Amino acid sequence: MSELTLTVMRLGFLAVLWLFVIVAVQVIRSDLFGTRVTQRGARRTAEARPQQQRQQAAPPQQRAQGGSGRQRRGAPTKLVVSEGSLTGTTVALQGQTISLGRAHDSTIVLDDDYASSRHARIYPDHDGKWIVEDLGSTNGTYLDRTRLTTPTPIPLGAPIRIGKTVIELRK
Amino acid sequence: MSSSTTQTSTIGAIGAPSRRNTELALLVFAVVIPVFAYVNVGLAINDEIPTGLIGYGIGLGLLAGVGHIVVRRFAPYADPLLLPLATLLNGLGLVLIWRLDQSERLQQLSMKAYGTFSPSAPSQLMYSAIAIAFFVAVVIFLKDHRILQRYTYISMVGAIILLLLPLVPGLGADVFGAKIWINVGGFSIQPGEFAKIVIAIFFAGYLMVKRDALALASRRFMGLYLPRGRDLGPILMIWAVSLLVLIFENDLGTSLLFFGMFVIMLYVATERTSWIVIGLGMAAAGAVGVASFASHVQARVNAWLDPFSCYADSGACEQIGQSVMSFGSGGVLGTGLGQGDSDLIGFAANSDFIFSTVGEELGLAGVMAFFLLYALIIERGARTALAARDPFGKLFAIGLTGAFALQVFVVAGGVMGLIPLTGMTMPFLAYGGSSVLANWALVAILIRISDTARRPAPAPAPSPDAEMTQVVRP
Repeated sequence: MSELTLTVMRLGFLAVLWLFVIVAVQVIRSDLFGTRVTQRGARRTAEARPQQQRQQAAPPQQRAQGGSGRQRRGAPTKLVVSEGSLTGTTVALQGQTISLGRAHDSTIVLDDDYASSRHARIYPDHDGKWIVEDLGSTNGTYLDRTRLTTPTPIPLGAPIRIGKTVIELRK
Repeated sequence: MSSSTTQTSTIGAIGAPSRRNTELALLVFAVVIPVFAYVNVGLAINDEIPTGLIGYGIGLGLLAGVGHIVVRRFAPYADPLLLPLATLLNGLGLVLIWRLDQSERLQQLSMKAYGTFSPSAPSQLMYSAIAIAFFVAVVIFLKDHRILQRYTYISMVGAIILLLLPLVPGLGADVFGAKIWINVGGFSIQPGEFAKIVIAIFFAGYLMVKRDALALASRRFMGLYLPRGRDLGPILMIWAVSLLVLIFENDLGTSLLFFGMFVIMLYVATERTSWIVIGLGMAAAGAVGVASFASHVQARVNAWLDPFSCYADSGACEQIGQSVMSFGSGGVLGTGLGQGDSDLIGFAANSDFIFSTVGEELGLAGVMAFFLLYALIIERGARTALAARDPFGKLFAIGLTGAFALQVFVVAGGVMGLIPLTGMTMPFLAYGGSSVLANWALVAILIRISDTARRPAPAPAPSPDAEMTQVVRP
């Protein structure tokens, strides 16, 4: 066999061996299971900011009058943390129940001294309205300024306060 | 709003992927690489694609396929890397053994010594098949690793019996100066390879119960936490057993493996650095003590210190010398598979010294790739230990992983002249049924523990009054 072929095979074999190692390392990298966090650039945050302030400025009760039905035009599509240590985190609303609290299996794990381990949950009711319910927390869940005592529908853009964390629903 | 620099992140739905398809893809890759290496060796030595290619390719593929199907069926959440990594190392080991079978020097050596030459690769393929069967059996029948916790003290007795079996007259066989084999029905078995798994069960079970006493009841002295005298009992006993193994079986490797594994597990269980210091001190004292009067160990140490001073008159020195020269002549990129002269090592070229062939024919680049493959297995083992939810599983996984890591270190260090050669086998690569079997069993146990660890937690039981409560809207 010619010298050239053997040299190519030798280097090729080393390359393939290293490729396997690299692929294996990639698998480890992508193997962090649990919540899947996709980072977006800071550009989008900057874009989102003025919009968020606009929403806060508008009276929230009027915004919720967008009509009824499962996929209403005004239905929120995501939940955004706007204040607190998790600022900027968003969760897509796809009909799943979102649990909030310090417990590590919560959808949004709050790192907040005033939050209970299972603090509150946010879920859609049968006609697609999003409801926030306090789960017997110590320091309470506030919708705007009122402390929640019963499951309450969340108006679009209304701030839900848990300790130092503020969460709102956005389109 | 202070955080204009905060990046937006999106949290998607939580789902624990089983990653079985990743494993399958990697497995295909892990079968293709040895086939490529096989063709490479054939072309380099005989100028033709070897005729056994289909046999080995299909054989390895079948073994990997069976392993994968069983894991998919019985351990669906297991770690996706362990099986492909083990398969790749086993496949490359087969190729390297086959390559050394082709060596005329080794054939003549065998003819001179035994009057016959039988190639090792077919029997290694058979051992691999048995090992995969063993792997399958462990994955299927070991439903939960915590069952093993019940056999803590039985395992201790079992491991000591396994270790001492080679000393039983009539059963043990003194092969090449080390009494670590037993002969059963025409097969030579190395019980020490299995003892390392069995003793890990004992260490894990024992330390799980005793770790608080070992960690907390201690005095602080010169920055170290010194344990109470009575808590030193177990480590002294393991030390004594491993010294006995060293003295009576002339097997430095096994004794180092056991003692090292115990110290690692002790450290993991108690988080006390003092145990590592004490362990290293005891190991050093024991090694120096034994080396000063056991001639077998002395010869190994001399061969390590300067293999070329006694090159001509001692077989041990010649082997080490040849091995070091193969690593040297390999250079960075190696001579190419089938084109090196690592067969000059002669005896044990395809078992203890198989890593020298990697060093010569694949060079530093190949050696590093192999080390990374081992390191990935070790990393996945340590990750499994971290993810395991029960303390026994944690300790068991880290013990097995630690033993595996120590074995790789001891063998690779030995053939490279970093530490005295100890006569152990490179896991998965080296020729030898016991080693392949035991290491596949080890991987099977790690797969079982990782399946338990990564399995998503069952949904919390619905609260009993959830149905009855009605939300009354104001």
